[in-house]
Amino acid sequence: MIQIEGLSLRYPGGSFVLDIPGFRVASGEKLAVIGPSGSGKTTLLNLIAGIVAPDMGSVQVGDTQVSALDDRRRRDFRIRNLGMVFQDFELLDYLNVLDNILHPYRITRALRLDAGVRERAIELAERMGIGDKLRRRVNDLSQGEKQRVAICRALLPGPGLLLADEATGNLDPDNKTLILDLLFDSVDAHGATLLAVTHDHELLPRFDRVVDFATFRSRAGV
Amino acid sequence: MMDSLYIAWRYVSFNWARAMTLVACVTLIAVLPLSLELLLEESERQLLERAETTPLVVGAKGSELDLVMNSLYFGDTVPELISMATPAQVRATGLAVTIPMYVRFKARGAPIVGTSLDYFDLRALQVAQGRKFALLGEAVIGAAVAAELGLEPGDDLLSSPETLFDLAGVYPLKMRIVGVLAPSNSADDLAVFVDVKTAWVVQGLVHGHQDLAEVTDPTLVMDRSDGKVTATAKLAQYTQITPENIDSFHFHGDPADYPITAVIALPRDKKAGAILRGRYVAAGVDTDVLSGQITVPSDVVGELLANIFRIKSVLDAVILVVGLATALALVLVFALSLRLRQREIQTMFKLGCGRMMTARLLGAEVLIILTASGLLTLLLLGVVERFDETLVRALFIR
Repeated sequence: MIQIEGLSLRYPGGSFVLDIPGFRVASGEKLAVIGPSGSGKTTLLNLIAGIVAPDMGSVQVGDTQVSALDDRRRRDFRIRNLGMVFQDFELLDYLNVLDNILHPYRITRALRLDAGVRERAIELAERMGIGDKLRRRVNDLSQGEKQRVAICRALLPGPGLLLADEATGNLDPDNKTLILDLLFDSVDAHGATLLAVTHDHELLPRFDRVVDFATFRSRAGV
Repeated sequence: MMDSLYIAWRYVSFNWARAMTLVACVTLIAVLPLSLELLLEESERQLLERAETTPLVVGAKGSELDLVMNSLYFGDTVPELISMATPAQVRATGLAVTIPMYVRFKARGAPIVGTSLDYFDLRALQVAQGRKFALLGEAVIGAAVAAELGLEPGDDLLSSPETLFDLAGVYPLKMRIVGVLAPSNSADDLAVFVDVKTAWVVQGLVHGHQDLAEVTDPTLVMDRSDGKVTATAKLAQYTQITPENIDSFHFHGDPADYPITAVIALPRDKKAGAILRGRYVAAGVDTDVLSGQITVPSDVVGELLANIFRIKSVLDAVILVVGLATALALVLVFALSLRLRQREIQTMFKLGCGRMMTARLLGAEVLIILTASGLLTLLLLGVVERFDETLVRALFIR
C-alpha cells in the first residue's frame, strides 16, 4: 500500500533533515509510528499525503508515485485517497458540526456534494455518537466530540488510507479509548489502512505493527 | 461558486462584528459623496426652479443674497426694510405688476409671509382645504405646517412673541386658519400666509382698542361706578381679531410708510423688465421715484450655486482622500486577518483546497461585504432621495 524508498528531505531554510531508506505499510494494516519529538513523524505523514515533496527518493501509495506528481495532482490524489485526522482537530469554528464534516466537499472540485453524501455524513455522525449535535457549533463540543467530528470529516469520502497525527493526544483517557475504538471500527468498516503517529505507548498493543522512528536517520543541525 | 459563498457567508456571519465594521466603513465611503451629490442636485433644482419663476425682486440696498433668500425661500435673515410705497412706485412705471412681501415674523417656527392674494397665483398654489385669507387676522398655512402642527381650517395659530419680556410691547396675534394649501414641494409648504396688513398687526403697527365699557369679563374690570370703568392689571396674553373687534383695528400714520421686506415685480415682458432694471440701476444712483435695488433672482441663485459647487469640488477631494485612506486601512485589516487565518488556510490546504479555491473563498467574503455595503448604500441613498426636499430645506435653504 505505502512504499517509501531512499527518501531524503530537508526543509528549505531549516536545519532539519529526514532520511528514510525504506518504509512499507501493507494494505489494511494498522500501523503506529512512535518516536521522539522532532524526529519527523509528522513530516512522514505530510510526505505520504503529498503535502510536501521529498528532495530525493520516492513515495508510492497504491499504484501512485506520489513524489512524482506536481502540486495539483498531489492535491487531487490527497482528496481522493486520503483522510487526515489531526491532534488539535483543525475544525473551523465558524461552521457547525455537519458543515465541518462536509467541508472537504465544499472546498474541492474533485468531490461532489449531493444528497447521498449528506445522508452518509449524517449516518457517520450518528455512528460516532454525535448525530444529535449536527447543528451545533464545534466550539460548543467537548474535546472528544471534536475529534469525532474530525474523524467523520476524514472518513466521509471513504479513503483507502487514514493518516492520524496524534489523534488522541489532546484527549482524556476515557475519550482516548473511545476515539481509538471508533477509529479502528471505522477503518475496519471501510477496509482502510491506518497510519497513526502517537506518543502514547499504552495504545500500541492495539496496532498490527509499531515503527519506532528513532531507527530512521533524522538529524538536526546537519 | 455557491459553496464558496456559503462558507464565506458562514465566516462573515460568525464574525459579524468585524464584518459590520467593514460594511459600515465601505458604506460610509460610498454614501457620503453620493448623498452629497443628490442633495446638491436637489438644492439646485429647488433653488433654480423657484428663482426662474420669480422674474425680479425689489428691495433695500444691501445683500442681494439675503433679499432673494428671504423673499423666495423665507430665509431667517431679514433684509433691510423698504416701505409699502415701493410697490406703488413700481406699478406707477407701468412696466410691472407687484406683489408685496413682508417676511419677518414667525408662528411656532414657521415663517409668517405677509403678502397679497396675487402671490398664490404667481406660485400656482392651490387651497386643499378651506379658502384663501380675506379678513384681517386670517391665515392660510402650507401643507407641511398643517401636517407638522396638526392644524386645519377653524384652528388658531399664535404668532411667536416678538417682545417677550416687554410688558408694554406687542402681544402675539392669534390668527384664525381659514385654509390649508396643497403640497407644492417648495418653501411654501413650510410657511404661514397672511395679508400684509395682518403682518403689520403682528408687528403692532395696526392695532385695535378694547372698550372697557363693553367688557363683561369680571377679571378685567376692577371697578365700575359713575360711568367710569377702572381696569384690572390683568395682562392680555395675545391679540385676537374677532368679528366684534375687527372694526376697532386701525392704522396710525400713512400705510404707505409701513414696512415690507421686498416686492416681487412681474414685468409685462422681457423688454419691460430690462427697462425697469435699467431705471433702478441708473449708474447706481437713486432716482427720485425709485430707490433701493432690483435683482434677478436666477442670477443671484446661479452665483450662489456656483459657489456651492466650488465648495463641493473641495469636499469631493477631501472625501476622495479620506476614502483612499479608509480603503488602504481596509486592505491592511484584510491582510492582517489573512495572517491570523494562516492556520485555517493551512488546514484547508491539507484537506485538498487549492490556491484558486482559497482565493475564491476569500473573494466571496469580500463580495459579501461589498454587496452588503452596496445594499446599505442604496437603502441610505433611497432614504436621502425620499427626504431630499426636506433635507435640502433644513441644510441649505434656511
